[in-house]
Amino acid sequence: MNRNILREFAIRYGFILLAGLLVLFFGIFANGFAGPRSAVFIFQSVAITGILALGVTCTLVVDGFDLSIGSVATSALMLSAYMMVVLEQNAFIAVVACLLMGAAVGLVNGFLIVKMRVPDLLATLGMMFLLIGLQRIPTEGRSISTGMRLPGGEVADGTFAEGFLWLGRHRIDLFLEKLIPVPVIIFLIISVLIWVFLEKTRHGRLMYAIGSNERAAALAGTNVFGYKILAYMISGVTASIGGILLAARLGRGDIASGNNLLLDSVAAALIGFAVLGAAKPNAFGTAIGALFVGILLQGLTMMNAPYYTQDFVKGAVLVVALIFTFALSSRVRGGNH
Amino acid sequence: MSNKACEISNLKKSFGPNQVLRGIDIKLPSGKVSVLMGANGAGKSTLVKILCGVQQADSGDIKLFGSSFKPKSPLEASKNGVITVHQSINDGVIPDLDVTSNLLLDNLALPGNQFLLNRSEMKTRASAIAKSIGFEGDLDAVVSRLGLADRQMIAIARAVARNPKLLILDEPTSSLSAIEAKRLFDVIEQLKREGVAILYISHRMSDIRAIADRILAMRDGQISGEFEGEKLDYEGAVTAMLGKKMSDLNIDVSNVSSPILQLCDLRLSEDSKPLKITASRGEVLVITGLLGSGKSLLSSILFGLEKPASGKILLEGLNFQPNSPGEAIASGVHMSPKDRANNAIVGDFDIEANLTLPFTKFFSNFGFINKKRQRKSCNEMIDTMGIICQGGKDTIGTLSGGNQQKVIVGRWLLKTCKLLILDEPFQGVDIKARRDIGTHIRATSDNRATLVFVSEIDEAVEIADRIIVLHEKAVVGEHVNRNIDLSELLSQVSGTPNTLKQVESLK
Repeated sequence: MNRNILREFAIRYGFILLAGLLVLFFGIFANGFAGPRSAVFIFQSVAITGILALGVTCTLVVDGFDLSIGSVATSALMLSAYMMVVLEQNAFIAVVACLLMGAAVGLVNGFLIVKMRVPDLLATLGMMFLLIGLQRIPTEGRSISTGMRLPGGEVADGTFAEGFLWLGRHRIDLFLEKLIPVPVIIFLIISVLIWVFLEKTRHGRLMYAIGSNERAAALAGTNVFGYKILAYMISGVTASIGGILLAARLGRGDIASGNNLLLDSVAAALIGFAVLGAAKPNAFGTAIGALFVGILLQGLTMMNAPYYTQDFVKGAVLVVALIFTFALSSRVRGGNH
Repeated sequence: MSNKACEISNLKKSFGPNQVLRGIDIKLPSGKVSVLMGANGAGKSTLVKILCGVQQADSGDIKLFGSSFKPKSPLEASKNGVITVHQSINDGVIPDLDVTSNLLLDNLALPGNQFLLNRSEMKTRASAIAKSIGFEGDLDAVVSRLGLADRQMIAIARAVARNPKLLILDEPTSSLSAIEAKRLFDVIEQLKREGVAILYISHRMSDIRAIADRILAMRDGQISGEFEGEKLDYEGAVTAMLGKKMSDLNIDVSNVSSPILQLCDLRLSEDSKPLKITASRGEVLVITGLLGSGKSLLSSILFGLEKPASGKILLEGLNFQPNSPGEAIASGVHMSPKDRANNAIVGDFDIEANLTLPFTKFFSNFGFINKKRQRKSCNEMIDTMGIICQGGKDTIGTLSGGNQQKVIVGRWLLKTCKLLILDEPFQGVDIKARRDIGTHIRATSDNRATLVFVSEIDEAVEIADRIIVLHEKAVVGEHVNRNIDLSELLSQVSGTPNTLKQVESLK
């Protein structure tokens, strides 16, 4: 009996407890870890992957998967640079174009999956490939920056708009001067929005119903196709937001950046399964999952772990989280029958 | 000569507190067809599973040709000559392989067989097997492209090819046409002459009349009647199978008021006859029939999942042609589908979220779910349906099958509707839960029409005001639920010759 309660507790709070212990550990042993600037740095380091992860969470909720998020983000990065540097548009138009591109990609993904009956992994894999190629065509595979020579021979003299760079670089004063970067705030806002949408609205509940038993949801009158397409559109839009923030931080259309976005954000969403013993995709867990990875990497870096160990650490965290989710919690659930 | 192929004495089996077999004593003689009849939940399939080694008995004794027989696996049973054709056809065939490979599957699976396949040799052997049972299809066809009837014939052919001593056939004709069934009966006659003991499970009276040498009626885990001799007492067998519990629900056939649902010459498919059915306010109308009788098709059409070939549906006098379940619900038609595990239960959800699934709009303000309103309605439904649980926050998977079914039926009673359709509402439900559900359906039926699709006659008699029998997508019988002639009902369901007379007299 006591053991059951203990296990129940471990599954529910184990991961959060572990995160707390890590913070404590690094706070004591890593010089400079404890402090507001360091905390903000962690948030900043995970903001973009976190935003992407929240989008992929929505597709996981309807029992789908979006592999194209990484390439949507890098496409948004290139598109915003192209809009401003080559076409010399302002920040607002660049942002709107990126968001529309994300929504359109989500719509196409959803259409392929729902109407063309392509399995989700394959449809979004195809889309990923397609976008990686597409974003290279306008510039013949080169990065975009002011003063670059275009394929036609002329020189691009547009610049990144100030307002656009503000999105990635500005820091808002809070107690300390220039403390919180804008991307962190956007990440927090999107977290809350997605959490409210999934947990508190009927639309979120119906999406969970689709993920658990699509046929039952359909026979209860749910517009299954509509909600699935919606999930991929949310995923596309959040991924394009991530790309915009990345472009605004870098200040150039760097063709090589954003390589790790897909794996990192999928890992965060999957780690989220283990938070609070949810054993299913959830927005809160995804945000915590992203932060957990951020804390671990920040602490290890401060303790002089070499950069090339990072992926190994992330992989290890993911595997542990998956064991938490699937082995432990299913055992408790199985015991109820 | 040992006449008794198989002797079963005092066989018992329980699942937890639920005693499924309470001491079965039967003898199965060689060269005879023993038909086993029994309602759902009588324990037929458990008995079959024990005989073919899928499950083991708790106590009791089985003797096969005089020696003790306790198979621990289907392989062991088949080595001893006990071969079973299961009811679920897809257990008997491998859809992705062709007919030849399917017919020879048991040889392929045998250890010590040669490593490489010899296609021409395989075909020769397969065609011999196919010929023995009169299967005339293409041997190279992939099974997944064949119809149910062909698959069933292949499963049977496989069983016969294994030289059974005791052949168990579980509802083998459920998807066969009359001609194919006749072919099967010829094969059975042949096997009888070879001295094979046959245990034949069916409630189709036409089958039973055609081939039964003996009838064993089974009820509540016991043999409730044994019938042998020159003239078999079919009526007696049906009564023994159903018992006397028929009209326990105290059905008072109310006088009919305004029609809610009218099917005007509705044809379910291109090759079927037009249907004329009316369901009125306050009426519980049961539609019964075998697999393939058109029941499922009709319920799908009414709920916007399929389109009829022709004809009109009127709902309260207005044309009703839903394109999706959502549209049907919006028009006031609710349907609880059959097979709750696949079609109704959301396993990740608690009872409350499962109950309110179709009506989230009703339970939310501006898209936000109103938990208070939801809890209140759910608690009421849990009370009235008698759902046994700790509370609305229990995960649905923690409930027993009967209680899960109450949730699924209760889901559609949360809001009032014009027409309530229940497709097999008693599937996998114990007798107590069945009564609870039936009582509640009847108690709330005053202001709507209720359409119940069941394939078990005793379930139909338990709940209906009126029973309509479908056979091959046409109405073949209609009964007001008052002193129904059960054997006539059964023969209509199975589509025997005197059914045809019945149809003519109806016209």
